[in-house]
Amino acid sequence: MRQVEAVIIGGGPAGLAAAIELYHKGVTDILILEREKKLGGILRQCIHDGFGLTRFGETLSGPEYASRFVRQVQELKIPYMTDTTVLEITPEKKVYASSSQGMIVLQAKAVILAMGCREKTRGAISIPGTRPSGVYTAGVAQAYINLKNKMVGKNVVILGSGDIGMIMARRMTLEGAKVLGVFEVQPYPSGLPRNVEQCLNDYHIPLYLSHTVTEIRGRDRLESVVISQVDESFAPIPGTQKEYPCDTLILSVGLIPENELTWMTGALADQQTRGAAVDEHYQTTVEGIFAAGNVLHVHDLVDFVSMEAEALADSAARYIKEGALPACPLAVKGDQNVGQLTPSRISGQGDVQISFRVRKPMKGCTIQLVQGDRVIKSVVKPKALPAEMIQIPLKAQAFVGKEDLEVRVVC
Amino acid sequence: MEQWDVTIIGAGVVGAAAARELSRYCLRICVLEKELDVAMGNSSRNTGMLHAGFTYKPGSLKAECAVEGNKEFDQVARELGVPFKRTGKLVVGFTEHDRENILKYKAVGEQNGVEGMRMIDQEEIRRIDPHAGGEFAMFVPSSGILDPMEYTIALAENACQNGVSFFFGREVTAIHRDEQENRYLVEAGGETISTKWVINCAGTFASQISAMLGYPNYPVKGFKGEYFVLDKKAGAFLKVPVYPAPNDKGGFSTHATPTVDGNVLVGPDSYVTEEWEDYKVTKEHMDGLFRDGKKMFEQMKREYFIRNFAGIRWKRYDPETGEILDFKLEADPAKPNTVNLVGIESPGVTCALPLGRRAAAIVAEREQAKKNPKFDPIRPAPKRFYQMSHEEQEMAIKQNPDYGEIVCRCETVTRAEILRAIHNPLSVHTVTGIKNRTRATMGRCQGGYCETRITEMIEEELGIKPEDVRYSRKGSYMFTGPVRRTEEALEAEKHEEAEKGGEA
Amino acid sequence: MLREFTCIMCPQGCDIQVEVKEGKVVSISGNKCPRGKEYVTQEVVNPMRNIATSVLVEGGELPLASVRLTRPIPKDRIFDVMNEIKKVSLPAPVKEGQIVIPNVLGLGSDVMITKTVDKA
Repeated sequence: MRQVEAVIIGGGPAGLAAAIELYHKGVTDILILEREKKLGGILRQCIHDGFGLTRFGETLSGPEYASRFVRQVQELKIPYMTDTTVLEITPEKKVYASSSQGMIVLQAKAVILAMGCREKTRGAISIPGTRPSGVYTAGVAQAYINLKNKMVGKNVVILGSGDIGMIMARRMTLEGAKVLGVFEVQPYPSGLPRNVEQCLNDYHIPLYLSHTVTEIRGRDRLESVVISQVDESFAPIPGTQKEYPCDTLILSVGLIPENELTWMTGALADQQTRGAAVDEHYQTTVEGIFAAGNVLHVHDLVDFVSMEAEALADSAARYIKEGALPACPLAVKGDQNVGQLTPSRISGQGDVQISFRVRKPMKGCTIQLVQGDRVIKSVVKPKALPAEMIQIPLKAQAFVGKEDLEVRVVC
Repeated sequence: MEQWDVTIIGAGVVGAAAARELSRYCLRICVLEKELDVAMGNSSRNTGMLHAGFTYKPGSLKAECAVEGNKEFDQVARELGVPFKRTGKLVVGFTEHDRENILKYKAVGEQNGVEGMRMIDQEEIRRIDPHAGGEFAMFVPSSGILDPMEYTIALAENACQNGVSFFFGREVTAIHRDEQENRYLVEAGGETISTKWVINCAGTFASQISAMLGYPNYPVKGFKGEYFVLDKKAGAFLKVPVYPAPNDKGGFSTHATPTVDGNVLVGPDSYVTEEWEDYKVTKEHMDGLFRDGKKMFEQMKREYFIRNFAGIRWKRYDPETGEILDFKLEADPAKPNTVNLVGIESPGVTCALPLGRRAAAIVAEREQAKKNPKFDPIRPAPKRFYQMSHEEQEMAIKQNPDYGEIVCRCETVTRAEILRAIHNPLSVHTVTGIKNRTRATMGRCQGGYCETRITEMIEEELGIKPEDVRYSRKGSYMFTGPVRRTEEALEAEKHEEAEKGGEA
Repeated sequence: MLREFTCIMCPQGCDIQVEVKEGKVVSISGNKCPRGKEYVTQEVVNPMRNIATSVLVEGGELPLASVRLTRPIPKDRIFDVMNEIKKVSLPAPVKEGQIVIPNVLGLGSDVMITKTVDKA
């Protein structure tokens, strides 16, 4: 069995950034395992621009953003294997992977989980109706159109105003499809405001808030969808149904961290993010197993995925060299306005990055980090949207005691 | 015109079983199916239970076939390589009324010849399944779980291996009798075939075929049921099917059943439908299943929802009394050389082989058919990659590197397995066909990762255009064309369109 | 006249208010950075956008290579530029950064490959 200091599961933006940073920190015995034919992850199909503004100060397409990291990995000669799927990770950090060359068994000192996320499906949100062809998640449609040269339909309804859904509305319009509308169950858009502007408004694609698909119709291929308005509890309002003839329904209804391998290690989940519970070192509840990027919590921007993975790599490098990391006895909790909060535990003695999303759009609010009854940091936000991940850096000096940390959003 | 000794109408589980049993004889047999694969109707839209037979009226064909089908299934599963577990079943009760009903059906079961049923207390319930509720229960050891799609596929493939021909996309629209030649002319999918025998296994549409053969157009009533499919994570909490006590009519309200692959099915509920293929799922019933399902299975959680489906039990009934009637299996000499099966509903999967065997026996006896010396009851079914140990996986990859490439991540299905499914003996090419043969796309991401790869493999392996890939049915195209065309392709298309215009 | 814009220059998506008189910007508020000012000023006079799409690659490991424009073009010319891009077909390999249509339709922007596609 081969021994490796750091095994990285996934060669997308998180995995690549972690690998490069580990290398710079002096850990060179690395192996990246990627299931696809090429490194780069989902960015390979995200051909639109807008990536890299935070990380590189310029706006790039997904493939260009990825290739900057891929090139570095190749220049630094960091070992990687593509077409290789990890089947199992044990709590002892043994990694089993399969490729056409055979089974690979590795004993890692540290395992870095960077598997990203997957899309919510029709079944996950229980859309009523028949089961014709022509119902695609946005990411699958994107892969067909941008990677496989296959057009999935001509008359399109989009459910969910997630960023990928809006981007696909524009993408399909550019390729000659008619997008009849984007329907969002929430009373506000799920994706970023700029995508409402440049993907929908630019192309006169209507966005209907507080609406959802209440029936899928068609025997063979999709023939129409029934749309209803919903009330505050997302229940369809009787009498508001309207039928939209269409051949394609694109779902952009949320992303879920892809953690099936994580749970094999015995790592515990964070009930809010549905990713692994991690401490300020991005270490899961299993020692030596780390997670960052969308596998941990779904990010709004890939730039933050890369930066989080780099922070992870700093801790993982320290773990590999020193054999342990400082304990994290303090819990991090959020109030009712705070969702997707990470990390869940901190040491209270090191710098930390607190990430979360607000649960509903808020205006003129203040974010307070509280220990006991003392506000140790506060940040004023004129506008906070659930679409946006909020990150608050906190210096070690800011901590005032041994009490848990609470994140509050007050208006 | 093609000439056949026997034509079976319908490639559901009963048609496939009849084909398999008939292939034991030297006869020219074909199966006509309107859909593009086997098990596209209610054969795949059920709980996947191997029923024991304790709720069916003693002396009925249903009871007789269920008990017979149950007893022989270990051997059948071995022969056909069908995933099957004889888990037993818990029928749990809380009240004295529940106890009365359970005991009533225990007595029925004993009369039907169901073996080993016994009443157990709470302690023993917990020993059998720590997550099951109930104050007391009847344990039925002979009940089991199987994959009904894989079973139908296996029956059909075994029949095919033994010489039966399957034709898909051929809906029977008319049957004519040629008395002089003692043959039937069957119109199906725009072609006509000539056959000596017709066996009606049309399931949902059995009454219509029955009428075409000169039998009555038997009245049937559709009892529709909806289901939730839950993630395998929920499957860890359910080892044995747990049913509530039957109601006074012998029906069960919503229950949770583990599938043989480790998922959980919650359902079915039951309501009457008028539409023949009304397989849509509805908000009203999903809400109901969620509510009732939670009572029987505490892991009925939204985060485990993978998919919903519906099935319909088309029951034969007496229009005057409303009474539900037994399975009908008849071969009236006044309609020579026909076997008519109508009202075959639950427990159709359990009863399929016994019914097929009876149909085959009628044909074989009248024809004095010789045994097929080459008949082989074994359908080859290689072990699935995900069920192999790491050592076995290593061996499999050494022998065939395609085993090393994982196509479906959630269900760990390899390229080798997808390729084998694409080249299946029945020549089924739909995405759903590949799914039902491999489990690819059945997991929690529902094909988000692998569907793009599977469609590409279908195109490459079979040399077909993306526009010709089908999801499940004839009109279920997946792609409207390429995003970018080569100049030659554009020219060719223009040419094609011009020709079409010319013809018009 | 007061007009409202959602800035698309970065993910912050500032709401920017602009006072316009006779087609000219009088005052701007709500932007957090100079890029916002630039954006709305341009938006009032002549909205500019970038587009991303694909060109056909023959004999490559992928059938398509993604492209974008090196600088934004007037919004109302997007579909004209799409028509030009649709005509492109390249033999593999193609390299990231390769210009496939220089100065497309004389708009001062190049169509550039954003993904390397090697030979199959």
